[in-house]
Amino acid sequence: MVILLKGEWYDLRDLANPVRELIDGIGLPDAVDYVLWSLIASVAILTWLVVSVIAFIWIERRVVALMQNRKGPNRVGPAGLLQPIADAIKLLLKEAITTRDADRMLFWLAPIIVFIPTIVVFAVVPFGESMVLANLNVGVLFLIAVAGIMTPAVFIAGWSSNNKYALLAAMRTIAMLISYEIVQVLALLSVVIFIGSMNLQTFVSWQDEYNTWLIFIMPLPLVAYLIAGAVEINRSPMDISEAESELAAGYHTEYGGIKFGFFYQAEYMAGFAIAAAVTTLFLGGWTLWGLEEWIPGWIIFLGKLYAVFFLYIWSRGTLPRLRIDQLMSFAWKFMLPLMLVNVLVIGAEVFIWEETGASRNIALPAIGAVNTTLAVILVVGWGRFLGHGSGRQRGYRATLTREIGKIYYTGAEAS
Amino acid sequence: MEDTGTIVAFWILALITVGAAFGVAAVRNQIHSVVLLIVTFAGVAGLYITLSADFIAVVQILIYIGAIAILIIFAIVLTPRAGRLNQEGFMLLPALGLAALVAGTMIFVAFDTSWAISERDGFEETATAIGDLLLDKYALPFEIASVLLLSAILGAILLVRPEGAEEEIE
Repeated sequence: MVILLKGEWYDLRDLANPVRELIDGIGLPDAVDYVLWSLIASVAILTWLVVSVIAFIWIERRVVALMQNRKGPNRVGPAGLLQPIADAIKLLLKEAITTRDADRMLFWLAPIIVFIPTIVVFAVVPFGESMVLANLNVGVLFLIAVAGIMTPAVFIAGWSSNNKYALLAAMRTIAMLISYEIVQVLALLSVVIFIGSMNLQTFVSWQDEYNTWLIFIMPLPLVAYLIAGAVEINRSPMDISEAESELAAGYHTEYGGIKFGFFYQAEYMAGFAIAAAVTTLFLGGWTLWGLEEWIPGWIIFLGKLYAVFFLYIWSRGTLPRLRIDQLMSFAWKFMLPLMLVNVLVIGAEVFIWEETGASRNIALPAIGAVNTTLAVILVVGWGRFLGHGSGRQRGYRATLTREIGKIYYTGAEAS
Repeated sequence: MEDTGTIVAFWILALITVGAAFGVAAVRNQIHSVVLLIVTFAGVAGLYITLSADFIAVVQILIYIGAIAILIIFAIVLTPRAGRLNQEGFMLLPALGLAALVAGTMIFVAFDTSWAISERDGFEETATAIGDLLLDKYALPFEIASVLLLSAILGAILLVRPEGAEEEIE
């Protein structure tokens, strides 16, 4: 059955096949073919993104509500399913207010600039064997570079609002983004050193060929990338830039209606982009140990992507927010040295593997074991060095009680 | 540069780049001129892509839009006379002279160079070739550049240290 499908137009394991067949069937010149192919792929990706965002707004609100012992949206439609659609219509119908003192042109431009990188990132993400819009040789670098466009966009949004809180929040967000961009780059650098390529399809085929995922070989860069990603998409526990219970709304304080909707949706899509990068780089992309022969690769890919994105929802429901100084010192004092050591270790391992020429059945488990042990030692040891003792010695009594020495009762017991 | 697509892309990108670069000097508001500078950087990255130098193009976006533009923004926002307009220059004549000198040199080089078309094809993967060269043939300049950057960072830290930092510790 599987063999019969191979290469036929109805081979839906790779959605690129029917599209290619369709375009080739028309018989237009190459340039038109290329434009058509890009157009269809872009529209498909965009449609998938919007549908996913709408679905996940509902899922997130329901799941976080479950975690917090609430009910969540449950009035509009069955089980509140139509709530995100109602919200979207509300955002569209709202008046698009531009404040009097705002810089009108930049105020309009900022939501658009924020939106661009989050969509463009998906051009290099491989959804399946041939389901990639632009198979760039510098895919990993492209992911980082395009995400970096977000930084000036945030500043433009904060500055053009002409509101001091928006400007302060924008400066703070930029400081956060720049700090964690370094962590992100170093995390991905160690992965790139190990694989020896920056092409995302090469990552998938490498993990397929060696029958392993990079999460087992190098867990520390994965954790670092997930944390840096949480900062980039303003997710709890790193959601300082909007911190809805403490600040007004961060750099998009003055935005309302669909312009705010743009920021909101861009954050969600950036979340999917981070999840897609993690899936491709660390979790084997669209492969699942041979199962991709039967299950379509894009379903495997999307399953992994949603699972990674669920981690962010989970952390939002459970973890408290960090303070800005904690967040910055975590990036510079904790993550940066760890990542530098990690790059050095991975480089040494690649060198030793090449020199000794060990077989992959010995080398890969050995490298994985060394990296995992080292990750635990580094995190615990560096944490202790910075003065964060083990959790067991703390937290038995409230800090204030510990400072005073004992609990002094007043009232009936005192007399 | 033979096919129509590349030529059309080149002219569009060149128009965007040069137009935005003119705007950087012409607009009154400093933040507007930074935004136009970002457009210029993006246009140059596009020009690199038409030359099939994908690595340089992506690095251009990463370094210039992601870092240099932010640095300029910080410089504008955090300096005392940030509110002033773009035209308020007190070194107009030297700047004009320098710009004329740079333009003259560029034009001279452009006319002096022989623009022969190379016989060989472009690199399949430019990142690997650049990496090999940087860590092999040009290792010394590469290291000198990183040492220079490090000393710049140290100098910046030294500059912004408060005056009596040592006394406070004692």
